[in-house]
Amino acid sequence: MSTATNTGSGTGGVLAAAAEEDRAAFIGYLPVGYPDVPGSLDAVRALADGGADIIEIGMPYTDPGMDGPVIEAATVQALSRGVRVRDVFTAIEAAADAGATPVVMSYWNLILQYGVDAYARDLAAAGGAGIVTPDLIPDEADEWIAASDAHGLDRIFLVAPSSSPDRLATVAAASRGFVYAASTMGVTGTREEVGSRAEDLVANTRAAGAEHVCVGLGVSTRQQAAEVARFADGVIVGSALVRALDDDGPAGVGRVAREFVEGVRD
Amino acid sequence: MIEQIEQFSRPDAELPQGPRFGDFGGRFIPEALVPACEEIEEAFAKAVLDDDFRAEYRGLLAEYVGRPSLLTEAPRFSQHAGGARILLKREDLNHTGSHKINNALGQGLLARRLGKTRLIAETGAGQHGVATATAAALLGLECRIYMGAVDVERQALNVARMRLLGAEVTAVEAGSRTLKDAINETFRDWVASVESTHYVFGTVAGPHPFPLLVREFQRIIGLEARGQALELTGVLPDAVVACVGGGSNAIGVFHAFIPDASVRLIGCEAAGDGIDTPRHAATLTRGTVGVLHGAKSYQLQDEDGQTLESHSISAGLDYSGVGPEHAWLHETGRGEYRPVTDAQAMDAFRLLCRTEGIIPAIESSHALAGALELGRELGPDATILVNLSGRGDKDVTTAGRWFGYLDETAGDVE
Repeated sequence: MSTATNTGSGTGGVLAAAAEEDRAAFIGYLPVGYPDVPGSLDAVRALADGGADIIEIGMPYTDPGMDGPVIEAATVQALSRGVRVRDVFTAIEAAADAGATPVVMSYWNLILQYGVDAYARDLAAAGGAGIVTPDLIPDEADEWIAASDAHGLDRIFLVAPSSSPDRLATVAAASRGFVYAASTMGVTGTREEVGSRAEDLVANTRAAGAEHVCVGLGVSTRQQAAEVARFADGVIVGSALVRALDDDGPAGVGRVAREFVEGVRD
Repeated sequence: MIEQIEQFSRPDAELPQGPRFGDFGGRFIPEALVPACEEIEEAFAKAVLDDDFRAEYRGLLAEYVGRPSLLTEAPRFSQHAGGARILLKREDLNHTGSHKINNALGQGLLARRLGKTRLIAETGAGQHGVATATAAALLGLECRIYMGAVDVERQALNVARMRLLGAEVTAVEAGSRTLKDAINETFRDWVASVESTHYVFGTVAGPHPFPLLVREFQRIIGLEARGQALELTGVLPDAVVACVGGGSNAIGVFHAFIPDASVRLIGCEAAGDGIDTPRHAATLTRGTVGVLHGAKSYQLQDEDGQTLESHSISAGLDYSGVGPEHAWLHETGRGEYRPVTDAQAMDAFRLLCRTEGIIPAIESSHALAGALELGRELGPDATILVNLSGRGDKDVTTAGRWFGYLDETAGDVE
């Protein structure tokens, strides 16, 4: 298994550069295909122009067990309008062309059906830096570990407040780029406060060997982003951006993105 | 007799104990749930070796569920099955009316040992929801049941039963509004509540250890039936037939027979309007391999891997996935899986009512239809054991409409 040495990894480099500027990175999530494929590409460009360091392109899935109501509603609409797995690569290209470092967030079956190695190859060719895998744990990831090594992609596994020291060590060792720390026990969505457990989790994940740890789930305001930026390498925002897209289109995404860009520098 | 049966597989048993069943199974879950799955796995491994746990569980099965369930000859029904001798394993006579109680009580006891105060579960036909609500009431635990909105409508009687038992019932409006969506919603609850809550998974699917856990609590069905059939007929049956949605009653009755090479194991999948239409739930007959709800198995999916909606008149079989141990039995050829349409199942439903005075669950009627077909193939010398997994009281409205005894709005609950 390759190590958690992040030098040379796409997202690891971005996070290291942000750290040199004495700030956290801003990582924005948007689903491809919402409100439709062209509309989602406009939103991704607006997110990049707004200053997102890393863009997480979510692939809609029929059974999104880790997502809350905002993102689920978006993915239901995207699927009903016919979004396909291959559209992810178009969105990745759009994000890369606009200057951000893009990664995919995808439930595992969609990658499995495409073919794990073929998916990794096509993602790398489109300019993608890695994959966030919400329902794949390192114990089941042999094929993905091989494919990500072959194509130079980051493996972004998750940890949660429930994770034991053993699990943190397993995830840290298997990950490359960064580890995604779920701030609370629960699904995606905006929350009034990000649990205090997030800070401990980041510290424990670093202690378990992770070089970079970014925090997601529930971050929805500039103030929360600033708070998380004190202790994490990156702040991941999803539902708040989808809401902005609902309310004001790509311009809304750009405006909210700029708030978070300021937040991670506060 | 039940005192002599050792229900749980030995830790060194040759048959698969998970996480893998051949290439199938595993644990495809959010990292947040790994500790809970590990905790249950360890607790179960200890519990089955613990005399107190086994005695308490066995006591509940004997004195609360009413085990062993009967084995009933069905001579008049058999006349329609080419004369083959049909034996019914009467899980419909269990307390709460189906096999689901065997598992709900076992997991309820485990949850209590783990210090959990709340049970949650998904349900399709409502039988597992009723069983879980019953276990929660008996053990003094809180309970919430998630049920697809479509199923809430077609199984209104069971919704009322769950509420009478003190459970909260949430109608799930997402996706196809059936069993798979109820499972998604229950997982979401569990991720946020895992410290206080045990997810009583209802079938032999889901992440490890659920396929193992549910099988072990259900394999009493086959252990009893094997002994009862031998006592009654002097030989093993030629075939064991069960309906398969997720597959818990089928694994339960099959498992004790897997080493008996002469006994055919036949699972009847819901073919809905027919397997050549898009409206069916014949996962093994028509599906492909993928990952759904935490395990690798067969499922109904499109080219991209998006789950396709299933269809069956039977809410309990209306599921796009199937348990990984069935995928393994299918792949190895040890199990045979056949499609049974809504119409075939309803014909068998009516036939059992009129020939034997037993109203079966529509789920179990798929197995009855499979037995009729198999009996005609095998002829009068054959003995066929059918798992009658549940009773049909909950299905009276659906069946009444199907046969035209009730108008289209009869039984609707506002």
